[in-house]
Amino acid sequence: MTYKAKFRVWRGEGGEGKLEDFTVEVNEGEVVLDIIHRLQATQAPDLAVRWNCKAGKCGSCSVEINGRPRLGCMTRMSTFTEDEVITVTPMRTFPVIKDLVCDVSYNYEKAREIPSFTPPADVKPGEYRMKQIDVERSQEFRKCIECFMCNNVCHVIRDHEENKPAFAGPRFLMRIAELDMHPYDVADRQDSAQDDHGLGYCNITKCCTEVCPEHIKITDNALIPMKERVVDRRYDPLVWLGNKIFKRSDSKTT
Amino acid sequence: MEIERHQYDVVVIGAGGAGLRAAIEARQQGKKTAIVCKSLFGKAHTVMAEGGAAAAMGNVNPGDSWKVHFRDTMRGGKFLNNWRMAELHAQEAPDRVWELEAWGALFDRTKDGKISQRNFGGHEYPRLAHVGDRTGLEMIRTLQQRVVALQQEDFAVHGDYEAYIKVFAECTITRLLKDGDAIAGAFGYRRETGQLLAFDTPAVVLATGGIGKSYVVTSNSWEYTGDGHALALLAGAKLINMEFIQFHPTGMVWPPSVRGILVTESVRGDGGVLRNAEGKRFMFDYIPEVFKHQYATTEEEGDRWYTDQANNRRPPELLPRDEVARAINSEVKAGRGSPQGGVFLDVSTRLPAEEIRRRLPSMHHQFKELADVDITAEPMQVGPTCHYIMGGVEVEADTGAASVPGLFAAGEVSGGMHGSNRLGGNSLSDLLVFGRRAGAGAAGYIDSLDRRPTASAESVAEAKAEALAPLQRAGENPYEVHHELQRTMNELVGIIRKADEITEALEAVQKLKERAAGVGAAGSRIYNPGWHLSLDLRNMLLVSECVARAALTRQESRGGHTRDDYPAMSPAWRRKLLVCGASPDGSAVTVEEKAQPSMRGDLISLFERTELSKYLTEEELTEYDKAVEESR
Ligand SMILES: Cc1cc2nc3c(=O)[nH]c(=O)nc-3n(C[C@H](O)[C@H](O)[C@H](O)COP(=O)(O)OP(=O)(O)OC[C@H]3O[C@@H](n4cnc5c(N)ncnc54)[C@H](O)[C@@H]3O)c2cc1C
Ligand code: SF4
Ligand code: SF4
Ligand code: FES
Repeated sequence: MTYKAKFRVWRGEGGEGKLEDFTVEVNEGEVVLDIIHRLQATQAPDLAVRWNCKAGKCGSCSVEINGRPRLGCMTRMSTFTEDEVITVTPMRTFPVIKDLVCDVSYNYEKAREIPSFTPPADVKPGEYRMKQIDVERSQEFRKCIECFMCNNVCHVIRDHEENKPAFAGPRFLMRIAELDMHPYDVADRQDSAQDDHGLGYCNITKCCTEVCPEHIKITDNALIPMKERVVDRRYDPLVWLGNKIFKRSDSKTT
Repeated sequence: MEIERHQYDVVVIGAGGAGLRAAIEARQQGKKTAIVCKSLFGKAHTVMAEGGAAAAMGNVNPGDSWKVHFRDTMRGGKFLNNWRMAELHAQEAPDRVWELEAWGALFDRTKDGKISQRNFGGHEYPRLAHVGDRTGLEMIRTLQQRVVALQQEDFAVHGDYEAYIKVFAECTITRLLKDGDAIAGAFGYRRETGQLLAFDTPAVVLATGGIGKSYVVTSNSWEYTGDGHALALLAGAKLINMEFIQFHPTGMVWPPSVRGILVTESVRGDGGVLRNAEGKRFMFDYIPEVFKHQYATTEEEGDRWYTDQANNRRPPELLPRDEVARAINSEVKAGRGSPQGGVFLDVSTRLPAEEIRRRLPSMHHQFKELADVDITAEPMQVGPTCHYIMGGVEVEADTGAASVPGLFAAGEVSGGMHGSNRLGGNSLSDLLVFGRRAGAGAAGYIDSLDRRPTASAESVAEAKAEALAPLQRAGENPYEVHHELQRTMNELVGIIRKADEITEALEAVQKLKERAAGVGAAGSRIYNPGWHLSLDLRNMLLVSECVARAALTRQESRGGHTRDDYPAMSPAWRRKLLVCGASPDGSAVTVEEKAQPSMRGDLISLFERTELSKYLTEEELTEYDKAVEESR
C-alpha cells in the first residue's frame, strides 16, 4: 500500500515564495496533513502548517489542495491517484505569514464588530426556556468550526482587498443570522446587517456553502432568510412595526 | 532583537474552557487581563470535547442534587479526590452552565424547554448538558464570544477593544519569572514571528491543559506537551497525583495515522457493545468485586437495561473507563483482538441507521471519512488511548492558588479534583467552576499586595538564552527525540505498569534529557515548528519523569494507575498523596508522600458504611462512626 507521492508545497515568508517539489512516502489510510507532517519530520523541519484536532473539529488546518479549499486533516490521500501531483497552497484571501500559514486576523476583527448576544434585561440565568425546534436553526450555524474557508472562497473579497472593510464575509453574516434567530435575542440586527456588515454585497452564488466542512447551508438557511427579513421590513412599514413589537415571536415563526 | 514587554494585572496562560473562564472573571473584577495561548483563539483542546458538561441541574431526573453528584465523583476517583474541590464542583456546576446560557450558548432542550441532560458512565442520573456530540465547541465558542462582548463594552467606554482584556494568540510561554518567592511575570515567544515577549504581572493563572503528547497513542493534540505542569514545577510549585493517567477505552486503532483519536463514550451509552475476535461480549468476564452488584451478569439483563432501567442493572460495557480500558488491553494481549489490534465496538446491531446518524453525527462522519467504515452497518475497531491526566498543580480548592505566591491553576493542569480517575463530563464543568475561582483568586491576591513584584533583568536574560538556544545549535532532529519518548512512555509507563519497566523508562528518559539538550532547529525564527518542538521537549521530559517516578512509588492499583506487581487497591495508600517537586533547572525531580486530609464529617456521612469499608482504613472507619453519630 505504501507509495511515493509527488507533492508541490508553497513555501516562503515575508510576501515572497514559490512552489517546492517533494517526493514523499504515503501509507494506507493517510490524509494530506499526515503527509505534510512527514515532510516536517524528514525533509523540511521548519515547514509551517496549522493544526490541532486532526479530526475536523477545530478548523485550524484550512489550506487549498489543488486549488480547492479543504481541511488538510479530512482530505484522504485515497481521493487522489498515485501518480497525481498534489499541490498544497495557503488560503488565497488572507496574507501569508509563512508556507501554509495565513494571517487570519481579518476574521477576528469582523467577529468583534458584530454586536454580541443581547438577552432581555429581566431574564436571569437558569430561567431560560426554549423549545428544541426554536433553537435548531441557530444551532445549525453554531456548528461552525471557524475554518474561515467560506470567507476565503467568497468572491466579494477573494480578489478584492478593497471590499474587506465593508464586508463581514459569510461566516459573520451567518453569525448575525444566528443571533437574529436566537429566541431570546432582542437586539436590532437587520438594518445593521445591510448597512454595516455588507449583506448587500452577497449575490447568493453559494460558493461558501459548497466548501463548508460542516455542511452548514450558509446561503439558503442564513444569508437568504436574512436578506428577506431586511427586504420585508424596508418595504413594508407594518412588518417593520410588527418586528419591533413582536421581536421574539417573529423570530420563531418566520 | 528587542524583547516586547507588556504590563498586566493578570496573565492567563491558556484559552481553553478554564483559561477563558478565569480571564472573564478577572476582567469582570476590574483587572487588566491578558490571555496567552499557543493556537488561534477558539481552537484550544476544549473544542474537541464531545459528550457534555456534568451539572446536577435535575432537569431530566429531579432526584439529582449536588450531593449525588459529589458521591459519584468521589466513587469515580476511588476516594482519592480532594473532597473540597469535589464539593465545590458539584455545588457550583449548575450555575456555571446556566451562566453560559445567558451568554448565548444553545444547549439541546428537554420537552419543557430546559437544558437536556444525558447519561454517562459513573453518573447515577442523566446529568450531562450537551449539544449533540459537539459540546466542547459550544462551550469554547460561548466563552470566546463572552470575551468579545466584554471587549465591546470596553470599546464603548475607552474607545479601545483591548483596554482591559487582550488575547495573545499563537504565543508560547517558556518560563515564569519571579521576584524572590513570588511570581513577577512570564516569558515567551510569538510563534508567527519568533519575536520574544515578556509580561510583567503579579499574578499568573495556568490553564494549559494536559500532557498526552508524551504518548504515541493519544486523543490529545500537539498542544498537550505538559507546559503548565513544567512551568509550575520550574517555578517551585508542586504537582500531585501525577501517576494517574486516564486511558480512554475507545480510541480509533485504524488507519495508523488516526490511531488514538477518540470514539466518544456516548457510543456505549447509546447501546454499543464490545466483542472480541471470537465474537464474545467479554466485558461480562471483567466485572470487579466492588461493582458486582451494580452491573448485569447476563447479556439478556444488560440488553433489557436500555429499555427498562428501573428493573435491570446496566451492562458492563458502561463500567468506569479504567476498568473497560484494562479489559480491552487484556483481550488484545491474550490474542483475542481484532485484525487491526483492537476489539470490536458495534452499535449497528442495536440502533437503526437513521437513529445512529442522528445521535452520533460526528462519530458517523469521522469513521466514514477517516476509516471508510460505516458505523450504521458494521462494527468499529477500537482500543485504549491516552486521554486525560488527573494529576497536576497542587492548588487550594477555593482559590486555585498554588504554593508559589501569585501562581494559580485551573482545569486539566490542576490536580486533586478527580482523584485517581475522572468521570466523563466532569472536566468541562471543572473548567468552569475552577476557572472562575482561579480568576477570582488572582484578583483577590492582587488586591492584597502592597507593592508589585518585578522580575530581575538576569532572569529575563536567562529565559531569552534558553529560548534561543536550539536555533543556535546544529544538533539532532527534535522529532527523533520526541518519537523515542512517546514510544518509551507508551510501552513502559502505559496502562499496565511494572517496577522493572518503569525503572527502564526512567533510565531512557534520563538519556533523552541529554539528547534533548543537544537538539538543533534549522531555519528562521518565523513560524518554525522544529524550533517550537525543541523547546517543548524540556516540558514533556520533565512531566514524563514525574509520571514515572510517582508510578514507581505508588505500590497499589487504583483508577488510572495499574501495577501488575501490586494489583490490589490498598486503604493505606489511599491516605497518601504523592507530591512531585523539581529544582529550578529541572534536573532533580523529587517525589514525597503527603497525608490526604480526612473528609469533613457532613460529607463523609453522605456515604454508607459498607461502601466506605471497601476504601478506608479501620482507623478512618472509626472516625466515620463518630461523624455519623455527631450528625445525628
Ligand atoms: C477528544 C476529547 C473529548 C473529550 N470529551 C469530553 C467531554 O465530553 N466532557 C468532558 O468533561 N471532558 C471531555 N474531554 C476532556 C476535556 O476536553 C479537557 O480536559 C479540557 O477541555 C481541558 O481544558 P483546559 O481549559 O484545561 O485546557 P485546554 O482547552 O486544553 O486549553 C489549553 C490552553 O493552554 C494553551 N497553552 C498550553 N501551553 C501553553 C504555553 N506554554 N503557552 C501559552 N499557552 C499554552 C493552549 O494553547 C490552550 O489554549 C475530552 C477530551 C478530548 C481530547
Ligand atoms: S453566497 Fe454570498 S457570501 Fe456566499 S460565497 Fe456567494 S457571495 Fe459570498
Ligand atoms: S461556516 Fe463552515 S466554512 Fe465557514 S468558517 Fe464555519 S465551518 Fe468554516
Ligand atoms: S486539525 Fe482540526 S480541523 Fe483539521
